[in-house]
Amino acid sequence: MASGVKPRVKVPKSASAGGTVTIKTLISHKMESGQRKDSDGNIIPRSIINRFTADFNGQNVIDVTLEPAISTNPYFEFEAVVPEAGEFKFTWYDDDGDVYETTKQITVS
Amino acid sequence: MELTRRKILAIGSGTLALASLSSLPAFANLTEEAISALTGGADMGEGSVTIIAPEIAENGNTVPVGVDAPGAVEITLFADGNPVPNVATFKFGPLSASRSASTRIRLAKTQNVVAVAKMEDGSFQMAKAEVKVTIGGCGG
Repeated sequence: MASGVKPRVKVPKSASAGGTVTIKTLISHKMESGQRKDSDGNIIPRSIINRFTADFNGQNVIDVTLEPAISTNPYFEFEAVVPEAGEFKFTWYDDDGDVYETTKQITVS
Repeated sequence: MELTRRKILAIGSGTLALASLSSLPAFANLTEEAISALTGGADMGEGSVTIIAPEIAENGNTVPVGVDAPGAVEITLFADGNPVPNVATFKFGPLSASRSASTRIRLAKTQNVVAVAKMEDGSFQMAKAEVKVTIGGCGG
């Protein structure tokens, strides 16, 4: 399910050195749970994003394991420490092997 | 013992109540199994984990849920009324500012959301919150 997957991430443009920022992430994905049936009664196979990670300059911030009980268009909100200027990297791992990535720069003031 | 109409009615309603009760723990046991698989059967304390969830969720497809557990290295969420109780596991890395996160989850019906946090010293803490669901989030 590589079509129509679009990551959206909200990170402040700057932070104080060593300060805390709140990050909000959302990726458009149908998160088919594998529990639903189609009109013929056949089970629709599971197709979800099963892992999400956020890193800052190579250091991990949060690593989330997702199960089918996560809603369509998985949304996460969490807090990170920003020790220096650099780059946040967000990675989503799809059941079908696809990996979606996006990065955000942040400066310190 | 003489079976009067009154007694038969009493027996009948008793078995009905039993039948409706026994259908509930099937899912709850799944959750207990999943939790003990995570903790290895260790005792769990309560008090240092907070679940932020609505009391009533109109739509079970997207229920906003947040967890907060100061001192945790890992928080796992369960929903004891879902066909699969596991919901998500948050592992906090070195640059995580607070041991809290929020997301949106699916709930099939009115049920408990359970959060189990693994603390820095290896002990476990848990919290439970009931969410009433008006429209379930698992139907096809």
